[in-house]
Amino acid sequence: MGGEPRMAGEPIASANQANGTARAQGATVEFRHVTKHYAAREAGAAAVEDLSLHVPPGEICVLVGPSGCGKTTSLRMVNRLVEPTSGQVLVDGEDVARIQATTLRRGIGYVIQQTGLFPHRTIAQNIGTVPDLLGWPRSRTRARVDELLELIGLDPALVRDRYPAQLSGGERQRVGVARAMASEPPVMLMDEPFGAVDPITRERLQTEFLRLHHQLRSTVIFVTHDIDEAIKMGDRVAVMRQGGHLEQYAPPADLLTKPVNDFVARFVGSDRGLKRLALIRLADLPLEQTSLARVGATIQPPRNATDRYTLLLDANERPVGWMNLAHMPPGSRAAREAADASSPFVRAETTLRDTLSMMLGCSVQTAVVVDDDGRYRGVITIESIAQELRGSVALLPGDATPELAIP
Amino acid sequence: MGFLASVGAWLVDPRHWSGSDGIPTRVGEHALISVVIVVLACIIALPLGVGLGHIRKASFLTISIANVGRALPSLAMLALVLPLAFALGLGLGFWPTVMALVPLGIPPVLTNSFVGVKEVEADVVDAARGMGMSGWQILRHVELPIAAPLVMAGIRNSAVATVATATLGAVVASGGLGRYIVDGLATQDYDKLFVGALLVALMAIGTELGFAALERRMTRAGGERSELLRVS
Amino acid sequence: MSPGDPFIRWDWVASHLGDIWLRLEQHLVLTGLAIGIGLAISLVAGIWSSRWPWLYAPVTWVSGVLYTIPSLALFALLIPITGLSIVTAEIGLVSYTLLILIRNIVAGIRSVPPEVRDAALGMGCTRRQLLWRVELPLARPVILAGLRVATVTTVGLTTVTALIGQGGLGYFILDGIQRFFSTVLVVGAGLSVLLAMAADGLLVLVEWWTTPWAHRRRG
Repeated sequence: MGGEPRMAGEPIASANQANGTARAQGATVEFRHVTKHYAAREAGAAAVEDLSLHVPPGEICVLVGPSGCGKTTSLRMVNRLVEPTSGQVLVDGEDVARIQATTLRRGIGYVIQQTGLFPHRTIAQNIGTVPDLLGWPRSRTRARVDELLELIGLDPALVRDRYPAQLSGGERQRVGVARAMASEPPVMLMDEPFGAVDPITRERLQTEFLRLHHQLRSTVIFVTHDIDEAIKMGDRVAVMRQGGHLEQYAPPADLLTKPVNDFVARFVGSDRGLKRLALIRLADLPLEQTSLARVGATIQPPRNATDRYTLLLDANERPVGWMNLAHMPPGSRAAREAADASSPFVRAETTLRDTLSMMLGCSVQTAVVVDDDGRYRGVITIESIAQELRGSVALLPGDATPELAIP
Repeated sequence: MGFLASVGAWLVDPRHWSGSDGIPTRVGEHALISVVIVVLACIIALPLGVGLGHIRKASFLTISIANVGRALPSLAMLALVLPLAFALGLGLGFWPTVMALVPLGIPPVLTNSFVGVKEVEADVVDAARGMGMSGWQILRHVELPIAAPLVMAGIRNSAVATVATATLGAVVASGGLGRYIVDGLATQDYDKLFVGALLVALMAIGTELGFAALERRMTRAGGERSELLRVS
Repeated sequence: MSPGDPFIRWDWVASHLGDIWLRLEQHLVLTGLAIGIGLAISLVAGIWSSRWPWLYAPVTWVSGVLYTIPSLALFALLIPITGLSIVTAEIGLVSYTLLILIRNIVAGIRSVPPEVRDAALGMGCTRRQLLWRVELPLARPVILAGLRVATVTTVGLTTVTALIGQGGLGYFILDGIQRFFSTVLVVGAGLSVLLAMAADGLLVLVEWWTTPWAHRRRG
């Protein structure tokens, strides 16, 4: 992606974009006293009631709440698929009502739950929809399509000329996201984009999108009804209630530790402590070290006398498994087969919560932290995680006893 | 205006209201031949369509027959049947027309009764079976009442198409209102031609509307029945 | 047709190939014109009806009435106005295509999944782009189904135009009836049936070629 200037017809551009910076930088999005009434509904029942919030550039703002809380309606007011009854929506300080609707939409990425991929067009044509609308030269569109396909983990040569019906649900969702990113929009709107797939795929898609967003840094407004997804994805989360009321707009940590009222506290859930763990990654904790042995070498005495296990590494510094020192005393030769106990091998960006759940079923309750190539970097014990949990639990207001007790 | 006046004059002429070429006779002939054809088509197509729909088999075959039926030009059918009718000693006129048009009247009835019965919701049929109804009873008390509107629509299509093509029967010397048109063309009597066309058009539209009204009555009945089954 | 006459005299066929070809051409022209004009009118009516739904009822009513009127009668009603000409034939033939084509066009456009429409609008398609790039292509299978029926019906109806002096394969049918000559009759009737089936088959192929997304499944 070179520093190409924006094509004509893309008025929403942050200053960086106009200067031709490589990455799409986000625009600010602001709701100012936005209200939406539907004439058909009884007076007093608004879809969105006096919504005001400001999303800084490059952040992911999640709108979350039960059905009927107006989150989708609010989202669709940004690209004017819904027009506010009163109030203003501003992108980069400009009132969207004063921008031609189709021009506005071509500068905003839009992902919906059922993807809405055009069944009659190939994947390449789908992804290239907005670039085509904007009049990009064919070669530039094609290059961009291939780039995006690789970014979302699909082989361009295989997938480019297929039709949506030929892809799996998870692949289609990814194409939907790629399609929204094609013209490098400074703002992206996502309406339950991962809702229609199974939980395992959803987990993967969420992580992948976060990784992508880290590179692209566009401003994202994300709608979901799932509080866990909101906490995982959002830099800031807006909790909304039926009738279109904004209850709290804050970073996820604040929602968990300082819910502003009963509704938010209940919506966030009583397992706030565990949810808190979902926000902390292994990289945020200091790594510990453990006794090591290498395949084919002699086993050394353990660092601590109380250690019962030693971690076995292969020639590439990759962990093989744990050896029980009772069966393989120091002085004996370490063979691969000796590593009969398991524990999870995780990367540093894994959350504490995921790590904890992986560890719970294992015989060795220590997670081995590896780098991107699978090489050993250190370990995290369950005690460290419990420590972290105790630390955050202490901050929760109004709790008589800690919610999670680990012996 | 002059033309419409002469048509009007033709219509009010009492000579055109009596005798073997009179309006009542021709209308009667047309109605008779149409009714005979539709009834025969139903006798063949209804049991076949309903039966196949009930056992939910032979879908491709049934639809194909319908498609082929549509592809047969009516004039061609009339023409092809003629030598056959001759060979059977049935002569011109009534019988060749009936023989040609019954096969054309079958597809709409067949398709609609087949699809109508087949598409009765599986849940409803299942509930009926669970209550202990036999296949026959299911057909009589559940599938037919629910499918009735669609079946009726099929008969309607067949009837309207038959009234239309019976007009062409005049080409093979049958009676009916087509006679006015064919004779009118031959003798360049454009008043007669126009009256014939007008009457046929009215008859066709009348058939359509009449059946539509009948269907509306049936839809209400069928709808109530299936609701009853759902509740019980 | 006297007993003893063979059903088809192939020598007649052989010696009249030129005539046969001529009538076949006439038939194709009549049919082609009718379908072409009918499709054009129906597209306009169908697109407008899906944009302004209140139009749908009157449009269907008019085309329905036209459809109900028997073909011969319709031609006959037109004769005083447009005479025994190709215009009469075409007006009649076009009228018969309208009902089914309009119905199918509207049904096809309505069958586009709402989320696809939402995504297209959300990405910045204008209404016109939405119609031409998304709705019509996706409606193509349904439209083609209607086109198939309309074409087959029109091929059949064109035979009737022989009665008002227009020729086509109906000419042979009429001739055969009038002269009691079974060969001519069979040639006319048989060829019109074959033509109808060929047209149907061709449109099936067209549908298959132009809707690759409908029949490619996950490999």
